[in-house]
Amino acid sequence: MRMSRIVRTAADILYPTILIFGLYIIAHGHLTPGGGFQGGAVIATAGALVIVAYSYAEVREWLSGKVLMGQEVIGLVGFIGVALIAFAFGQVFFFNYLNASGSLFGIPVPYGINAGELNTGGFVPLMNFAVGIEVWGGLTLVLIYMLSGLEKEVC
Amino acid sequence: MKKMLIVAASLLILAAFFGVMAMTFSFGSPKMTDMDDYFLRHGQEQTGTNNQCTSVTFDFRGFDTLGESTVLFCAIIGVALMFRKMQAGDEHENE
Amino acid sequence: MLWNLPLITVVVLTLIGLVTVLLKKNIIKILLGINILESAVNLFLVSLGYREGGVAPIFTLAPSELMVLPTPQALVLTSIVIGVATSALVLSFAMVLKKKYGTVDINEIRRLHG
Repeated sequence: MRMSRIVRTAADILYPTILIFGLYIIAHGHLTPGGGFQGGAVIATAGALVIVAYSYAEVREWLSGKVLMGQEVIGLVGFIGVALIAFAFGQVFFFNYLNASGSLFGIPVPYGINAGELNTGGFVPLMNFAVGIEVWGGLTLVLIYMLSGLEKEVC
Repeated sequence: MKKMLIVAASLLILAAFFGVMAMTFSFGSPKMTDMDDYFLRHGQEQTGTNNQCTSVTFDFRGFDTLGESTVLFCAIIGVALMFRKMQAGDEHENE
Repeated sequence: MLWNLPLITVVVLTLIGLVTVLLKKNIIKILLGINILESAVNLFLVSLGYREGGVAPIFTLAPSELMVLPTPQALVLTSIVIGVATSALVLSFAMVLKKKYGTVDINEIRRLHG
């Protein structure tokens, strides 16, 4: 059943905030604690918040299963694709071809304690994004399908 | 009553065995750290990240992460298949 | 006796998990016991990599250069995700079983023949 107006308004304000916080954890995975799996799990809790505040029947209309399954597939294929591109550079599978090169995430990092810069890291931020999108789609899909098996109307 | 005595006795034996092993373990000084010392010293120049846990997960041991993503994917496909079969089973029984 | 507190917790959690898997009759409690066993194993793996007085192995604004080992943390990350996947799958099996047999008692599920 739907919750009261105060709860629905708070869920409206919190949903994009949780999304931005989860994407921050995914994007800074090579500088601070976090990474792909942790950020994806944080974003999946935003779906649980919206299902609790609005009723399950309403959320099921605008959160479709096919889009989430497509998101999961794109995540896994992107992960394998980023690793396969290393063959184009004449190296082995999973070689870090963007590390200390001039292009996308390629500033070299010397040894020692420093303040951290976002442009470093090789292909690790790209893999973090792929895994984060896969875990987001996957965990929200599990949540939706398990709640569809309830017999009575509980939420 | 006899079953509870057997369960309690076997639990005590297991707790004593594991407890002795836990007490005589050298916690806080690992014995073989050669691989991790190499990862900590050369991780920043070979992967370019500051976070060494992420560099071990995604660059030095990337195959394990590939296998883990595949296992997660297959388990979620299994959950989706189970619930589609459950809804189709309802429609067959109601006909 | 308290300097080994993570390892004592591992022993306690393992025994609780074993008792739950072997002695309970509700299928959902058995599956939660498997989850408790997995938590005990993950805690044991992480506590194998501890160095006395070390900080987290991250070089961004770290307080000191003595760090704990990063490899067990990477293995435990993988293990936790696989535990989540396994739990989701077997709990959905339990839901389908309840719908087909009408009960979650494992003695009843064994004796009925669909």
